[in-house]
Amino acid sequence: MKKTKKPVAIFLIIIVLGLFLATKLLEPKYMTGILEGAMIGEYYDDPTDHNVVFIGDCELYENISPVDLWKEYGINSYVRGSAQQLIWQSYYLAEETIKREHPDVIVFNVLSMQYNNPQSEAYNRMTLDGMRWSDSKIDSIKASMTYEEHFIDYVFPLLRYHSRWSDLGTDDFEYMFHRNKVSFNGYYMRVDSRAPDSVPEGIPKIDYTFGSNAYMYLNMLTKLCKTNNVELILVKAPSLYPVWYNQWDKQMVDYAKANNLTYINFLDHMNDIGLDWSKDTYDGGLHLNLSGAKKLSSYFGKILQEEFKVPDRRGEDKLEKYWSGVIKRYDKEKAKQEKNLELYGSVNGKKK
Amino acid sequence: MLFTSYEFLGFLLVVFLIYYLLRGKAQWSFLLISSYVFYFIADPRYLIFIAITTVSTFFAARAISDKKSSFDAWFKEHKKEMEKDERKAAKAKAHAVEKKIFLCCLLFNLGILAVTKYTNFTISNINSILNAVGNKGTLSFVDLVIPMGISFYTFQTMGYLIDVYNGKFEAQRSIFKFALFVSFFPQLVQGPISRYDDLSKTLFEEHRFDWRTVSFGLERILWGFFKKLVIAERILVPVQAIIQEPDKYNGWYAFAGAMFYALQLYADFTGGIDITIGVAETMGIKVTENFIRPYFSKNIKEYWNRWHITMGTWFTDYIFYPISASQFMMKLSKKSRSVLGNNLGKRVPVYLSSFIVWFTTGIWHGASWNFIVWGLGNFVVIMISQELEPFYRWFHSKVKVAGTFGWKLFQVIRTVLIMSSLRMFDCYRDVPLTFKMFGSIFTKARLSQLSVNAFTDLGITIADYVVVFIAMVILIAVSLIQRSGSVREKIAELSAARRFAIWYGLFMVTLIFGAYGIGYSASQFIYNQF
Repeated sequence: MKKTKKPVAIFLIIIVLGLFLATKLLEPKYMTGILEGAMIGEYYDDPTDHNVVFIGDCELYENISPVDLWKEYGINSYVRGSAQQLIWQSYYLAEETIKREHPDVIVFNVLSMQYNNPQSEAYNRMTLDGMRWSDSKIDSIKASMTYEEHFIDYVFPLLRYHSRWSDLGTDDFEYMFHRNKVSFNGYYMRVDSRAPDSVPEGIPKIDYTFGSNAYMYLNMLTKLCKTNNVELILVKAPSLYPVWYNQWDKQMVDYAKANNLTYINFLDHMNDIGLDWSKDTYDGGLHLNLSGAKKLSSYFGKILQEEFKVPDRRGEDKLEKYWSGVIKRYDKEKAKQEKNLELYGSVNGKKK
Repeated sequence: MLFTSYEFLGFLLVVFLIYYLLRGKAQWSFLLISSYVFYFIADPRYLIFIAITTVSTFFAARAISDKKSSFDAWFKEHKKEMEKDERKAAKAKAHAVEKKIFLCCLLFNLGILAVTKYTNFTISNINSILNAVGNKGTLSFVDLVIPMGISFYTFQTMGYLIDVYNGKFEAQRSIFKFALFVSFFPQLVQGPISRYDDLSKTLFEEHRFDWRTVSFGLERILWGFFKKLVIAERILVPVQAIIQEPDKYNGWYAFAGAMFYALQLYADFTGGIDITIGVAETMGIKVTENFIRPYFSKNIKEYWNRWHITMGTWFTDYIFYPISASQFMMKLSKKSRSVLGNNLGKRVPVYLSSFIVWFTTGIWHGASWNFIVWGLGNFVVIMISQELEPFYRWFHSKVKVAGTFGWKLFQVIRTVLIMSSLRMFDCYRDVPLTFKMFGSIFTKARLSQLSVNAFTDLGITIADYVVVFIAMVILIAVSLIQRSGSVREKIAELSAARRFAIWYGLFMVTLIFGAYGIGYSASQFIYNQF
């Protein structure tokens, strides 16, 4: 018996090791080009307890800078944002966050209310792959899968990413076992600017009512926060497009009123924030650049501190130490992007 | 439920585990339930069709068998009291009743097959005739359910009925065992067309878990997946690109398309059969082999003895021989010999029987003129090669190349080229277009069509072609090794480490280089549609 046990154990180790290495090699790394897929996973590296956690799509992770919230107000925050983050994904991220820590405030960007059904496998992956395994991740996968997706592909990513064998690049080998940080507590930095040429008009809709599924998850999010004594703030980040229809806005105003929540539509506060769309966006009004994000963070930080009593935690050793590291990376990245912009005309060092 | 879907793998795992937890007749009873569940998942309506065929054939065969037994017993007791003429009359009388039951059941079930598969084809032909004679009215097509694998299970069931009718064996007494023979899920969708006396040997037996049997089955399944996912699914992309735009992709493209399709069909169909045989083998059940390296055949006749063997033998045993030996053919033979002479006259009934067989083979493959012409194309090629036999003998008496490697290679390439050309009828939308595309190989082939870029425009990359090429080399190498015996047996003789390296390597290659999942639309196995 002993004689057969040993080779079987060796074979099993080789099988598992082979599958592990193949998975590590073939899964996308998101270290260059599209960085958004690496952001969700970075949250787990932050050992601190956050007072404010932002959940939502690119309108948060490109528009709110936790570094600037810390520097100006001493607010310890994290943006758990991801590209086209759908409301059920935001809900399960909030659920997971509350299980791990107890933030005072959760800020949810309401743009994703427009989606009532799963949208895109690629975006799903960028949100879900980075999450650690938990009930929240399982439920989020189930809620997010498009008709072509299978749960087992999430359990064994090799089944999904096996076809990347023909796209393997140096990044795949370099980042097989480690990743560099691409965000600054969830903030995606861009220092360049591109003023809008023209702003597309919204296409009239037959029905502006948000879908029942979207409302269901918003209700769940509200309940989750109330049950756990976390303040939920609904926001609509400032952007020139996609269009945030008045009919959508009214539904959010009504919902917030009915549920005793705060809803801030920053589109109505753009002058107060001081946004200058000729300088504060890097993609013609879709997202803010660093300059715009600083302004919005400054404006919102004041609200968080004054109206929601989010504490100033500067002076706490652990946090000071943590943030000094983040700020160092932040300043380095800012300097790098500015230099690239000056030398090559683009932040990533590639000639335009 | 596709063989290559996660659902099927999950289903298989559950069936496998429960099967070996059960004992005795519970094992085959469970397989029957599993087979019906498998069919139900595909479409609940299919169950009605398979149940009708099962019940009608079971009772008809049992009635025939009972009649035979009771007559044999009665005849044994009374034959001494009877004159020769009386014995003959008694036999004829008993046989007439059996024949009536047999024909009713046969026509009823073939009728179901004909109505479900060929109604719209018939309507389409009637409409064409009506249009040709200037009638503008057309018959509407009907929306009929075509049960999955109906051609396979109908032929398998009718083979059983014919065998019982011919007294080859007695009818099965248990309707549930018979139902399992008809519906056994691994072979339900694409064959092989099993014979009752063959499959029943292991289908109803109790099987205890045996690692060697199970591992052999798993190895066969893995090999099937390799063929299907690494080769067939990948090469499917350029095949579809070529056949969907015949105006753009002609000349060398049409030739490449025919070659790619030959590879795809082989990898797809044999891969599917490997999975079928492997699945059955994991449960200790032996399913007939359906292929013996067909592309190594030296001529078309040999090819058909090695490709889809169970279908070929079915047509030979149940159509060719009965027709050849029928009274009509005997009379025709006599007449044609007297009119055309012995040499030419003896060929008439053989050729007519072959013509019927190939026509039926064609239409069995699908309700379209493409398949009929394809079947008849095979008939023409086989007849021509048969007629050229004297020339070949003369040629070989003058040129001593027979038996040399070069000649064998020439024969193999010739077979592949002829079969691939005939298979073009599978690909293009109608018969005239197929002839046009075949003609374009000779009239529109240009050197510029042979550039690397030309083939990367067909939906797959150079890297994909390299994968297909390497996989094809592995396929050929395995086929060559197979000539001296079972590859799995040979691998089983190797050390554990080498065995592990081979199968784990194949597993990883299939897992990584297989064309499956998002980005690839895994197609049905080609033979599922039959």
